[in-house]
Amino acid sequence: MSQATEAGPATARPARLPPATEQGALGWLRKNLFSSWGNTITTLVIVALMAWFAVWFVDWAVLNAVFTAESGQECVGKHGACWAIIGAKFRYIFFGSFPYEQHWRPLFAILAMLAMLVLSCDRRMWSASRLAIIWGVGSVITFLLMLGEIHIPVTLIFVVALIAGLVGYAYRRRVAENAERLAYIALAAIGGLYLILRILGVVPGVAVPIALFSYVETGSWGGLAVTMILATYGLAFAFPYGILLALGRRSNLPLIRGLCIGFIELIRGVPLISLLIMASVMLPLFLPSGTSIDKFLRAQVAVILFAGAYIAEIVRGGLQALPKGQFEAADAMGLNYVQRTALIVLPQALRVVIPPLINTFIGFFKDTSLVLIIGIFDFLKTASQALVDPLWTGFPGEIYLFAAAVYFCFCFSMSRYSKYLERELNKGTQR
Amino acid sequence: MAVRDINGASPIIELEQVNKWYGQFHVLTDINLQVRQGEKIVICGPSGSGKSTLIRCINRLEEHQEGTIAVRVDGKRIELTNDVKNVEAIRKEVGMVFQSFNLFPHLTILDNLTLAPIWVKKLPKKEAEDVAMSLLRRVRIPEQAQKYPGQLSGGQQQRVAIARALCMRPQIMLFDEPTSALDPEMVKEVLDVMIELANEGMTMLVVTHEMGFARSVADRVIFMDRGEIVEQGPPKEFFANPRNERTRTFLSQILHH
Repeated sequence: MSQATEAGPATARPARLPPATEQGALGWLRKNLFSSWGNTITTLVIVALMAWFAVWFVDWAVLNAVFTAESGQECVGKHGACWAIIGAKFRYIFFGSFPYEQHWRPLFAILAMLAMLVLSCDRRMWSASRLAIIWGVGSVITFLLMLGEIHIPVTLIFVVALIAGLVGYAYRRRVAENAERLAYIALAAIGGLYLILRILGVVPGVAVPIALFSYVETGSWGGLAVTMILATYGLAFAFPYGILLALGRRSNLPLIRGLCIGFIELIRGVPLISLLIMASVMLPLFLPSGTSIDKFLRAQVAVILFAGAYIAEIVRGGLQALPKGQFEAADAMGLNYVQRTALIVLPQALRVVIPPLINTFIGFFKDTSLVLIIGIFDFLKTASQALVDPLWTGFPGEIYLFAAAVYFCFCFSMSRYSKYLERELNKGTQR
Repeated sequence: MAVRDINGASPIIELEQVNKWYGQFHVLTDINLQVRQGEKIVICGPSGSGKSTLIRCINRLEEHQEGTIAVRVDGKRIELTNDVKNVEAIRKEVGMVFQSFNLFPHLTILDNLTLAPIWVKKLPKKEAEDVAMSLLRRVRIPEQAQKYPGQLSGGQQQRVAIARALCMRPQIMLFDEPTSALDPEMVKEVLDVMIELANEGMTMLVVTHEMGFARSVADRVIFMDRGEIVEQGPPKEFFANPRNERTRTFLSQILHH
């Protein structure tokens, strides 16, 4: 015994393991599924139900299913799913009434948006310049493909030059070389000069057209590309806009605060459908005759306004959860409002609200299907429209199951990303 | 009275007839205080006496409603007004250490230290990091630079907070009960850093109940009660024969054991 104590407990005896019944798969089963009579019966009943359903589903969806057929007639009388309708209709479901021989365009637009989203999910891309490049390039590609031609106003180019020059100068003034500083000044000067001339009417407003393909108006868009554009750009604009609203709601300036509260409460107080109908039917009545705003754009703006109000309330929760000491520490160090907000407040506040934020994103992705009310053919609408074909009537189950599967892929990826992001951002910061 | 007029210059901090209310509650009453460059002042008093509020007024974390507060920055007297420029100029010169550390939990220790130098002083990143590392060495935790605040002990966090404030090269340091939230065994490591700082000639205003620190470091001890400065003097005098009844009661309460 004295020997054992001298050698130390680690070498004296092997580490004792918990009893075998508590370990491994067997232990888990015993503990979680068969711990008591009641538990055992529940387990058996549920397993039986699941097995029965699985057998029925495989039977319907695979064994008795019809995968190829010329028309719905061939499926009638069979006991299985008629997947042939998906094969026959998938191009319409995905691309709507976009010109048939041009279907590759929305396809690549969808891929471009997916690439944009996937890249933006990577933390290494989270800098203003990288995100600006990703979204700038991605958006030009997407809309060039969808519309066929885009017109970039020259004024916009000079506005960008002016802003880039000013921002660059403001941030790099103290550290940049002379040449770089001069470049910023020149950029800002050229931009500013053009704008002044433009306002004075000396130079005409022209647009640089980029026309690669035949023009397709938004009324002919349909399917997954529409859903993705509405959701992607809806949330991409609503997110910063919602953050601004939330900050405004917490502002010390009563006028700004009142405005933000009023806006948030107003928007939250009406259903999205009524907002869409207002945008599509009522807004044109108020516009001066002759001017018109594209219906798709109006729906897009309605979605942005609506999502922004909800995002604002979620972000406000995160702002309120932040201890007062964080604001005070930032103030005491001499950070100004913008620095304090961007460097200290938002990174912490947004981290707290990732789960409810992604929850809202998922909700809005699905809510975009409400645009069918005002005659825009989103993915769900094109799917249901496929049933109207007299050759293929009578198979709503197959169509909607397929549509559900596509929606599920998107929503489930968002949910998993939310989980990953939470883990990733909390690395090392756990108290 | 050996500390009177160290360099004969005008006071670095000057409070004149300062009054402050929280709603109806009069939290600071007719505060007059002049602090000389390099002076170390310990402020004590019962809780709710306004001592934290007083030092928080100096860097405008709290706003006073009457009287003037002025800080000398680069030889110029700058008065605290609603002018944001003045507030920012004073905050650059005044570092602050909080009771609950208030480190930024989403940033590493090094980033906590370099944030203000980079964004407020526009120091190049490399330079800011060099300054930060030398200060971390000074508070004896350079090896923690890449960790997050949540991974450090309370005493370590408070030393980081001191280093963070020093990164801005302030003329004045305000300490708001820096050891009150610490476990007893960690108090000393923080006080040691503060004593070092005092010996280097930093102007310090310290709200604390550490009377040992007051005795050994302070040039002047101020006792506050109900929003007023009741009594002040060099620590020897202050502790040996307090003149005011309220001071005597307070000292007997915190020193009796």
